[in-house]
Amino acid sequence: MSSVQIQQSKAVWESPQFKKRLKKRNAAELRFKYYGLGAVILGLIFVLSLFVSIAVNGFSSFWQTQAQIDIYFDPDTLNADDLAGANYGKLVKQAMYKQFPDVTKRNEKRELSRIISIGASFILQRMVINDPSLIGTTQTLWFPVDDEFDMLYKHDIGRNVESGAPSRLSINQIIWFDQMVDRGSIESRFNKTFFTAGDSREPELAGLRGALTGSFLMILVTLLISFPVGAAGACYLEEFAPRNKLTDLIEININNLAAVPSVVFGLLGLAVFINFFGLPRSVPLVGGLVLSLMTIPTIIIAGRAALRAIPPSIREGALALGASKTQTVMQEVVPLAMPGFLTGTIIGLAQALGETAPLLMIGMVAFIVDIPSGPLDPSTALPVQIFLWADSPERAFLEKTSGVILILLSLLITMNVVAVYLRRKFERRW
Amino acid sequence: MVHLASILRGFLTVLAVMLVSFPIATQADERDYISIVGSSTVYPFATVVAERFGTGTQYPTPIIESTGSGGGLKLFCAGIGVKHPDITNASRRIKQSEVDHCAKNGITGIVEIKFGYDGIVIANSIESGRFSLTRRDVFLALAKDVPSPDGSETLVPNPYNTWKEVNSELPDVAIRVLGPPPTSGTRDAFAELALEGGCKTFKWIKAIKKTDKKHYKSICHGIREDGAWVEAGENDNLIVQKLNADKDSLGVFGFSFLDQNSDQVQGSLVDGVAPEFENIADGSYVISRPLYFYVKSVHIDLIPGIREYVAEFTSDRAWGDDGYLVDKGMIPMPQAERSEFKTAAMNLRTVKLASN
Repeated sequence: MSSVQIQQSKAVWESPQFKKRLKKRNAAELRFKYYGLGAVILGLIFVLSLFVSIAVNGFSSFWQTQAQIDIYFDPDTLNADDLAGANYGKLVKQAMYKQFPDVTKRNEKRELSRIISIGASFILQRMVINDPSLIGTTQTLWFPVDDEFDMLYKHDIGRNVESGAPSRLSINQIIWFDQMVDRGSIESRFNKTFFTAGDSREPELAGLRGALTGSFLMILVTLLISFPVGAAGACYLEEFAPRNKLTDLIEININNLAAVPSVVFGLLGLAVFINFFGLPRSVPLVGGLVLSLMTIPTIIIAGRAALRAIPPSIREGALALGASKTQTVMQEVVPLAMPGFLTGTIIGLAQALGETAPLLMIGMVAFIVDIPSGPLDPSTALPVQIFLWADSPERAFLEKTSGVILILLSLLITMNVVAVYLRRKFERRW
Repeated sequence: MVHLASILRGFLTVLAVMLVSFPIATQADERDYISIVGSSTVYPFATVVAERFGTGTQYPTPIIESTGSGGGLKLFCAGIGVKHPDITNASRRIKQSEVDHCAKNGITGIVEIKFGYDGIVIANSIESGRFSLTRRDVFLALAKDVPSPDGSETLVPNPYNTWKEVNSELPDVAIRVLGPPPTSGTRDAFAELALEGGCKTFKWIKAIKKTDKKHYKSICHGIREDGAWVEAGENDNLIVQKLNADKDSLGVFGFSFLDQNSDQVQGSLVDGVAPEFENIADGSYVISRPLYFYVKSVHIDLIPGIREYVAEFTSDRAWGDDGYLVDKGMIPMPQAERSEFKTAAMNLRTVKLASN
């Protein structure tokens, strides 16, 4: 380069116009960077506020307000011949009347006995049937309080009755409850029922075990069907199928299938599995089958991507050493592509776990109390439980709803973390 | 890595066995639990009965799907056998067309049990003033076409923007009412009881009923679509929350939600009567509707426990004045009506619709 040229170009980049342009370009660069950063931060804020609001609302559902009362297992009430049909509610009422001897009017007595959940009599029934020797003794026991009082203790809901506002609680009830609190016989305890019981219309007795078991059975059925079918489909299409118009058509349709709204699969399930095959409504087997239809395309697409990432040299090496096509695929290619298959499967299953719409069609959105013991017992699923509780009039179901959401979210996060871990650990780069 | 192939083969075998066993599984299929479908308004009540029935007897707890009244009757009438539901809940009476549909599928013994009432309330946030509406106000504010304000007997597209324009005694706030979508039974009942109730007060519209019933119905049941009526979904809790956020709007939902959220929302007076328990029970609060359930009598010998479930539902501790259903917000029937339907239930009296 001659010195003239250098001087000329130097003149260009030192010219004020050039500096102005450069400044503008740098600013654009910086802006672009901040737009991206802003988008990420905005996303994070949304996710975080979702988590925080659900956690704040739902955390209290893991605790249940309980009352301590002395129950006298009155032999007069408990007839040894009919322990199942005895009036256990009476035992609870008597114990409450004893705590408040001043309460004599019939109306007030009724209000007083409302403080303890009706679940108390079920608890006593189970205790006495398991151990009839309790009859005649006095035991100090903890019982859940009615959901209205649970809300009162946790969030002060209903206390405004003192200012004359309408409320589901009476002033007397609040006074008695406060007295019990002062005596130390009211405590917030870990809500075991929430994890061990099935659904209930009494918020203090409702639990998610039925839904959890249903979800588990359903995902198991989905896994058993969608993984082999999806994996076999991916292998065939990627390794064996000839490239022609037909396979192109199949490929397009699989991609379409992955984008079909899930409620359509529910309709299909209703028509095929329930109406044609005559399977019962509301069972996890049908739910699992429907969710498999949804999951198979996801697994095929992920599986094919994983197979495509295996370099041809692996296949050629195996074939050169005399392996058959099947041996090559099954013993060399598929094992190497396995992390991809597993990731696809887990992500597909996590998606299936959060689905409600297809389950609506096959009758799984239902009130089901008994905990399912197999894939042919009627059951709900976790997202369905959220849907049902969110629609219940009782105020206490609000926090239960957030409680199940917390459980469902933590399951989903766990599954996704496992998927990421598997990919990181076993993935090989060529 | 031979084992991988065998695992895959194992999976495929399991799958093949499962596919083959579908038809077999269904032939051996028996149902030992009661299957109930129907109205989402009855759902909160029927579920409580089902739960008490499940814990109090040796029978499994019935399974209740919330499908809406119409959807429930459709499923109910689809046939006889374990595949079909035994009981359907409805927030309105069965229609002749549905009885016919049932009969076509061989279902003739339909036992009708009316078990209580549900009020529909028009509520707003307690931080705003309480509304006192007449059914005529509701009709004028929400109907799609209303009688011309100039007093002539013609219909004009609803011109009212604020409640004050409808009735000078009402506050000067924009008309904004959140309510259920057309698929909901609550919406049907609201249209029939509140809108039609106000519509009928115009004599010349009432006269149309005799000449052109369809036209009359489209005038009286049509809800405006210009944004004053907001469809807020089937979830009544959501409507309550929205009323809290928007103090000027009103919401339409079932009495049980007002009862449970009385610290947040208040029910408007309708024709001078507050939506309170006693007023709905004695019929002076006019927007209330009966609740029913229907039992397929041939299923009584097929599925165990139906008779006992009906007995629990019609027992005094359930539907009585102090019963647990009342606790959940149901309005009980008078004693005479209760004993009438109790007898009907015990004798499995088949539903008869008066021809109207």
